[in-house]
Amino acid sequence: MLKLEKRPQPSQFWTYLTPLLAVALTMIAGGVLFAFLGKDPIVAIKTIFWDPLFSEFAFYYRPQLLVKGAPLVLIAIGLSLGFRAGIWNIGAEGQYIIGAITGAGVGLAFYPMEAWYIFPLMVIAGALGGWAWSMIPALLKVKFGTNEILVSLMLVYVAEQLLASMSLGLLKNPEGFGFPGSRNLNDYASANSWIHQNAGMHWGVVAAFIAVIFAYVLLNRHMLGFQIRLTGEAPRAARFAGVNPNRLILICLGTSGALAGMAGLFEVSGPSGQISIDFNAGYGFTAIIVAFLGRLNPIGILLAGALMALTYIGGDIAQSKLGLPSAAIQLFQGMLLFFLLAVDMLTNFRIRLGQKEVA
Amino acid sequence: MDLSSINPILLLASLIVAATPLLLAAIGELVVEKAGVLNLGVEGMMITGAICGFAIAVNTGSPVVGLIAAAGGGAVLSLLFALLTQFAMANQVASGLSLTLFGLGLSALIGQDYQGVKPPAFPKGDIPVLSDIPVLGPILFSQDFVVYLAFFLTLGVWVMLKYSRAGLILRAVGENHDAAHALGYKVVRIRVLAILFGGACAGLGGAYISLIRVPQWTEGMTAGIGWIALALVVFASWKPWRVLLGACLFGGVSVLQLNLQAAGVAIPVEYLAMSPYLITIIVLVIMSADRSRAPASLGKGFHAGS
Repeated sequence: MLKLEKRPQPSQFWTYLTPLLAVALTMIAGGVLFAFLGKDPIVAIKTIFWDPLFSEFAFYYRPQLLVKGAPLVLIAIGLSLGFRAGIWNIGAEGQYIIGAITGAGVGLAFYPMEAWYIFPLMVIAGALGGWAWSMIPALLKVKFGTNEILVSLMLVYVAEQLLASMSLGLLKNPEGFGFPGSRNLNDYASANSWIHQNAGMHWGVVAAFIAVIFAYVLLNRHMLGFQIRLTGEAPRAARFAGVNPNRLILICLGTSGALAGMAGLFEVSGPSGQISIDFNAGYGFTAIIVAFLGRLNPIGILLAGALMALTYIGGDIAQSKLGLPSAAIQLFQGMLLFFLLAVDMLTNFRIRLGQKEVA
Repeated sequence: MDLSSINPILLLASLIVAATPLLLAAIGELVVEKAGVLNLGVEGMMITGAICGFAIAVNTGSPVVGLIAAAGGGAVLSLLFALLTQFAMANQVASGLSLTLFGLGLSALIGQDYQGVKPPAFPKGDIPVLSDIPVLGPILFSQDFVVYLAFFLTLGVWVMLKYSRAGLILRAVGENHDAAHALGYKVVRIRVLAILFGGACAGLGGAYISLIRVPQWTEGMTAGIGWIALALVVFASWKPWRVLLGACLFGGVSVLQLNLQAAGVAIPVEYLAMSPYLITIIVLVIMSADRSRAPASLGKGFHAGS
């Protein structure tokens, strides 16, 4: 009979190893899934994880890694702060949409003027939009103790409806021949987040790297970071130490909202180009997986974001080359979180061969 | 705008149809939470149930077999959650989220061949004599049998929790798992059973949407109903009868906004479509003042050795 024995402290060794183990297990289970769908599992796994980086067309796919990875890392960094403190913002998708709407709205308001300050203003507007959207669950939680999980999630559906309304109404391209969707910001030089399009570089990538460094310093060198970690690991001790839980809720939710909003703005003014009914690609939800896979650690999130971006790109290749359905990739990403949570047991528990349980 | 085109009897009858999936999912989650487990994967289990039920019903030609398969599908998915939280001691919030993400992917994958397919029709279950009562008959007694099943399930859960020994044990496990363990109750086993029941109910609720309410398959068709069901349990302060009331309220809001859309009210469609979610938030805020009814061990993991 196997018996679990709680470790006095989480194992350092397994903390680093479990994400790799989870990825390996997901590849195996994913291979079984792909075989079940009638595809050669080895070829499918190679197409997803190897071809984007090292195949003959990799020069085209590698920049995509930055494009897909930047929003994931940016959002996941924000989420990780809250997750560490036990504050669950799962509505990043909504904050991402609202940030895109407010940011693009500011840019479109200036159209067709050209000026250097338009893009910075858009970034600020995007961050403020995401921040404001995340303040709804934050304030409700602080004032009334309302569950932030449910409120932030409900607001995703509200944001999606708002997005539909915006792309059909207020922000619709007046020269778009009646098609839904805003003007394409890629044709508007002052409101464009690309730095070097062929290299996949846009300001969102820069922001993602800055966010990683910022979060790293915050968590390791700053009092606030210490309070966040303390609240997550020992809530009682944190209260005795004088940590103000309400302040922490406002800061954590606000930061994640602002980062998600910025991610939305960078996406809409770069890779996606316009506000349209379905420009959001579910990054806000995938970022949850990225945050956990990266162990809520900034450096880890950077790596996990790159890996998840790889599955997006590889998934697209597998879809066009092997006819693998796009839902299979979605399932694959979901499985990753499953395996990660399962093998995480090894960090906190020791498995012992023991006698039969008594009760 | 033509409000007179809204027929109040039809409106109330469709209110019950809209409330049923919510009621099924919420009553299942209520039992799970009463056992002290917070399963945030309701949305994932519902959508999985929706496609399992749909696929099986189309392939066997029997909607009843489809419903059974949906309950089975939901339960199997919830078993994954049980493994993660009860045996691997994973965080319940994260596990529930992963269940939803996984369920959405799985359902999209299974469902890609079923877009635009018409499922076998579900027989209406007119109750003789009672369904002939004017007004009340068409609203209450001329529904399909799943509506009655959901009602009696609520009744059953209420009786079980309030008057039976099993219900008492379940509540004890949810209130204080250490004490229940000390009394010799198998905390993990009871929780796993509760999770399975919740999964089956959510699956059934999902299949009700894809087989009866809509009836067809589209990706992500549960559109947050699973999350509203979670909110409903809070709204109901963990009481079965209040879940029934809440399900009717939310069913009413979603049916009313659909009718207003059809009647061409001056409010844009998108803003009407937001209303169920906004009302959920408002209701959550009102109800969150009173947290005293929540099971004391809700969301806390239990490990016998620690």
